[in-house]
Order: sequence, then C-alpha cells, then structure tokens
Amino acid sequence: MNGAETLVKTLIAHGVKTTWGITGGVVIPLFDAMLAESDSIKNILTRHEQGAAHAAEGYARALGQPGVCIGTSGPGATNLVTGIMDAHMDSVPIIALGGQVATHLIGTDAFQETDMYGITMPIVKHSFVLRDSNKIASTIMKAFKIATEGRPGPVYIDMPVDVLKKEVTTISPKEVYIEGFQPTIIPNHRQIVRAAELILRAERPIFIAGGGVISANASNEFAELVTLLHIPVTTTLQGKGCFDERHPLALGVVGMHGKKIANFAQINADVIIAISVRFSDRITGNLASYAEHAKIIHIDIDPAEIGKNVKVDVPIVGDAKNTIIALIHTIKKLMKKNEKSAWLEKLVQFKGVCDKCIPTPDGKAIHPKQIIDVLNSLIKDEDIITTGVGQHQMFAMHFLKRSRPRTFISSGGSGTMGFGLPCAMGAKIAIPNKRVINIDGDGSFQMNIQELGTIKENNINVTSIIFNNSYLGMVRQWLEIFYGKRYAQVNLGKNIQFAKIAEAYNLNGEVIERVSELKEKLANAIKSDIATIVDVHIEEESNILPMLPPGGHLKQMFGTCIKGPDQWF
Amino acid sequence: MEKKHTIAITVEDQPGVFTRIAGLFARRSFNIDTITVGKSEKQGISKMIITVIGDDRDLERVEKQINKLIDTIKVTEMPKKSAFIAELCIIKVAVQDKKIRDDIFSYAKIYDAKIIGMTDKTLTMYLVGESENIESYIRLMVPFGINEISRTGVTAISKDW
Repeated sequence: MNGAETLVKTLIAHGVKTTWGITGGVVIPLFDAMLAESDSIKNILTRHEQGAAHAAEGYARALGQPGVCIGTSGPGATNLVTGIMDAHMDSVPIIALGGQVATHLIGTDAFQETDMYGITMPIVKHSFVLRDSNKIASTIMKAFKIATEGRPGPVYIDMPVDVLKKEVTTISPKEVYIEGFQPTIIPNHRQIVRAAELILRAERPIFIAGGGVISANASNEFAELVTLLHIPVTTTLQGKGCFDERHPLALGVVGMHGKKIANFAQINADVIIAISVRFSDRITGNLASYAEHAKIIHIDIDPAEIGKNVKVDVPIVGDAKNTIIALIHTIKKLMKKNEKSAWLEKLVQFKGVCDKCIPTPDGKAIHPKQIIDVLNSLIKDEDIITTGVGQHQMFAMHFLKRSRPRTFISSGGSGTMGFGLPCAMGAKIAIPNKRVINIDGDGSFQMNIQELGTIKENNINVTSIIFNNSYLGMVRQWLEIFYGKRYAQVNLGKNIQFAKIAEAYNLNGEVIERVSELKEKLANAIKSDIATIVDVHIEEESNILPMLPPGGHLKQMFGTCIKGPDQWF
Repeated sequence: MEKKHTIAITVEDQPGVFTRIAGLFARRSFNIDTITVGKSEKQGISKMIITVIGDDRDLERVEKQINKLIDTIKVTEMPKKSAFIAELCIIKVAVQDKKIRDDIFSYAKIYDAKIIGMTDKTLTMYLVGESENIESYIRLMVPFGINEISRTGVTAISKDW
C-alpha cells in the first residue's frame, strides 16, 4: 500500500464519505487511490478550490463532522486559503489537503512549488507536512483529533507527491497522543459555584450564546438552563438557531445589525452570561464602554478567548455542554424560588414594541424584509439556510426565525462573500434529505457562481434566492450613511440575468419583480426537484437597519424602532 | 504597568515551530525583546526563552495564545526572584594605547569578562550574566569606543527551593 492509499483508508476510517476538491499533477496519486475505494468515499469535483473549502465547511457545520477539501500544488492550494481562513475565524473543523512538489524539489522554486505551510500558518489551528509515508496514518489521525476536539478549527496538511507514492511499511497506529493538546472539557467546580451564585443574585441577567453552543451540541441543555432560570436569551450570528427564536425569552441576535432590544439589554444588564462567544468588535461596539455596568461570566473551551477582549469576572474554561450541565446541577441545588422579575417583564414588553417597529416598504419595489417574511412562512424548522455576506445576510440574521441548531450557516468572523452557494452544496451533500436554501446577494453570488457546474453535475438540489439590487449593497449603505452618498466602486450594473445563467447550466431559473409574485414563486422554487436560482429584483437602495456605527457605543444604534435605552430601566 | 517578563516555553521540536511562535507574537502585536531557542534535557523537545514587554494582562494573553499552539507543551513565567536568568554578550572595543588596555583589563576582571581576542587596535571579550550586569558593562565600555556587540538574548531556568 502506498502513502496515498494509506491516506484514503485513514480518511474512510474517520467516517469521511465525501471530499471536495480539484485534481492536478501532484495529487493524482491521491485521487487514484480514491478511485479504488469508490464504494466508501467520493470526491466531488468542484469548479474552484475556494468552492471546495466552503463546501467542506458547509458539510462540517450541517453535520457536525469534519469536512475535507483538496487542492493541488501552488494555485490549487492557495485557492483554499480563503476557506481555511473562514473556518479559522468561525471555528469550523475542516481538513485541507494541499499537494506539494516532491521533497527533493522543495526549495528549488519548482513548478507550482508554494510554501503553503508558511502561507497558512497564521490561519490554521495546526498544520503538518507529510515527510515520511510511514507517518501518514498517524498524521491524519492527529489532524482529525486536532480539528474536532476542543475548539474546532482547520488543519492544513501539505502532501509532497513522492511521499504519497512511496510504499508504506508500517501498520497504522490505533490511536495517537499529542502531548501539547489536552483541551479542558470539564469546567472547574468552584467556578461553576461562583457563576451560579452570581446568576442567582442578579437582578438584570442576560444570556449571550455563541457558536460554541452549536458546535458542542448543547442546544437542549441550554434550553433547559434557560427554562430553569427564566433569563432572556440573545445570540451572536454564529449562535443563531442554538435557541428557538420563537420562544418568548428569545430577544434575537446582538451586534451591529442585531435587534435593538438585544443590544440594549446588554447595556442594561447587571450580569451577562456569555457562552462560547468571542466578544468581537461587531458585537461589542466600543470595547471600553461595552456593558460597563455588568459583571461578565465567560464560558469558553478556549482559555485564550477569556479576557482577550472584555474584562471577565467569572472565567470558566470548559465546553458548552459540560459547563451548562454543571450549571444546571448547581443552580438546582442553590435556587430557592423563581420569581417573575421586573426586568424580564420590561424586556418582553419592549420586545413586542421592537417586533412591530420594522421597516415599512412603500409597496412599489420589493423590500428585502418582504422576502424574509415570505420565507418565514415557507421554510420548515429543519430546513438549512446558508447565506452570502452583505445586506441580505444581515436581513436574514435579523428577521429570519430559526429554531434549531445547524440550520443557519453564515460566514461571520471573516465575512467571506461567495460563501453561500458552495456552503449550501456542502450542507446538502451532508444531509441529503433536508432542504437547503441559500440566501444570497448579487455581488456575493457571483463570487463562487462557478459552483453551479458542480451543483448540476452532482444533482445537488439547493435553492438560491438572490437579493438583487445591482449594488454591493452593504458598502453602498455605508457610503450613503457615512460618506454622503459618494458611491465609489459599488455599482454592479443591471445587465446580469441570473435566471438565464441558471438555464445555461441546465438548472431552473426564476425572476421575481413584483411583491405579489413572491409567495408563489418562492414556494415553487423551494419545492423544485432541481436546483433553482431565484433572481429577486429588490429596491436598490434599501438599508438594513437598525445599525450600530462601527466602534460606537451600543446605545448609538440608529434607525427604526424604539428609542434609546437610557430611560428604560 | 509595563515591564519585562521572561517566559520559558517547552515545545515539540518540529520544523517550523520557531516560525509559529515568532509569527504569533507579530500577529497579536506582542513585543518580543529577546528570543532564544535550543535543545532541552529531553530528546525531541526544545526550549524557548522569550522576553516580552507588557503589563500583566498582556502577559496573560501571550501565555494563553502560546499555550494554544499544538506544539507547545508548557509555558512558564520566569520571575526574577525564582529563576536564574543569564545571557551572553560578545563585545569588541577599540584600544588606542596601553593605558586604555590596562583600564579595560581591570574592568573585565571586576565583571568577570573573558578576553578572547586581541589586536593592536581592538580587544574582544565576552561576559555571561544577567542583562542588567551586561548593560552596565557595556555602559562602561562606551567611552573607549565600542566597535561591535553581539548578544544572545537571555536564557533561564527555575530555582529550586
């Protein structure tokens, strides 16, 4: 058995049924080895390696198992970089395999030789160079362990072609041990007690739940904790879906384009229970003034996240699931009576006001909110939504109701335009019996539009709904608000007919130009047997509001809805 | 309050581990003052000693970020009172006449600096010790005219009690 065959066998042993990638000179041995195992594993030939990387992410995030993407040496591998970075920022477990010239050629500037190990170093959880065929199995095993255990993340593996071709003379190990990698899963009991006491003493507590609740599969436990404590819940973009957004205690997503009620609740809270969140600048606004009056309990599996951005009063290192279970256990012992708090009543009341205070379309052109309204009535709880990046993404984040984990997949930390389409195909292959709908923008969609070819060839039935305003809308909105409407480099023009592009790929194409067509045409598109692109012509200059000016204090959120929070509590 | 901290890091001796750690400092905007790397008492394990300048919070963040690297086995702060800290400095000084030579000899004796090279125009010596000691010796050499200095950066080991 050669190195490549060993590699493929090891992938199969880790439950990998699908890989995503493009072949090339130095990875021929790998795909050749896969051919012999075609009953167990299949590579989906994408049209661009970036598509492969995002598909691997979509696969991983929908399924909760690592995704695998492959690129050949040089440009093949560098095309993976954006996806690796995206996975790094959003803590997605992917294994990225890059081809490399033969070891004796390394350092000679051989054809397509690229230092991918160096290029990816700042954006991976870890990386390896395969230097010895006999260590391929153990290296791949380590890669899976590192990608999935603790805080998930991407692992890059550089594969010199001669190592793939060389015979393997040793037997694969049963398990691997990595001395420097022992993530703390179980939280410290004393810290749990401190947190529980603080929570029970709090007058104005609030949860902020992030992506870690989803990656730790802790949604049920979290719901139990919320029910036990009766504390309102906000989430981050990555946490969307970890808690049922139709629940009366759900206040929605926080941050720059989050719900005012969710942001204002942070300002007024006296205790913030943050579970697996990063406190990124898009959430906190101005760091110095973020939640000045609140004590913060920060739960995270990654100790480096705690205290990185905000000052924390009770740090807890542990995975979301074990920590929430421990909290439930301790709180049940310490809790006396669950009184209805004035804080909660007020929040629920303001939430009602907030929900009604939404943009009112003028009725002529289609407003993005109207598409989301229709989708809310059409999609099922288990449907998977992916998004591109931009205004459409923020409309979906703000207004679309999600109730289950892994049903809203969006590029958060790196804001990667072009994420939605390949991510959708990854999710669909991961869970074929679920409907997958990609909410996209005309700018974002074009950034990985080539994957329509992959979708057609592999019969991947996903629906793409394009919020087409002929602009790079989010930047246009910034230019309108902060640059006095000086529109530089945001006009995409109106000459692209996405429905015709769909037809050219032998897929379904639809155009929606009137509000009255939305319901029927979207319903048909979602029901369709083959992948469909719906080109929805929307009002060109509608803004996603409310909005927090970058770096501003949370109370400076402007646009629509309730007034400032100061007089509330 | 900003001050100098010495950190000892034991790492797996993997290709690229030095780049990984140095890159981390650059990426997170932590200031490295000195960095040294060498073999440890265990095969396959290297030890790096890094001095960084920052406040306690910076130090905590640095330690956590380094700890997060898979190749990192252990990160320990080496406070001055509980560690032996030393570096080596090689210094080349201009020598005009015998009087100056004699002066330098006497300073070298006090500071335990070892003369390793001598020409009619220069004296080369090295000394080992704490950075402060080395710096004060360098200050003494300034009036004579320093031609060149090479320093290793500090290394450290914990004290037993």
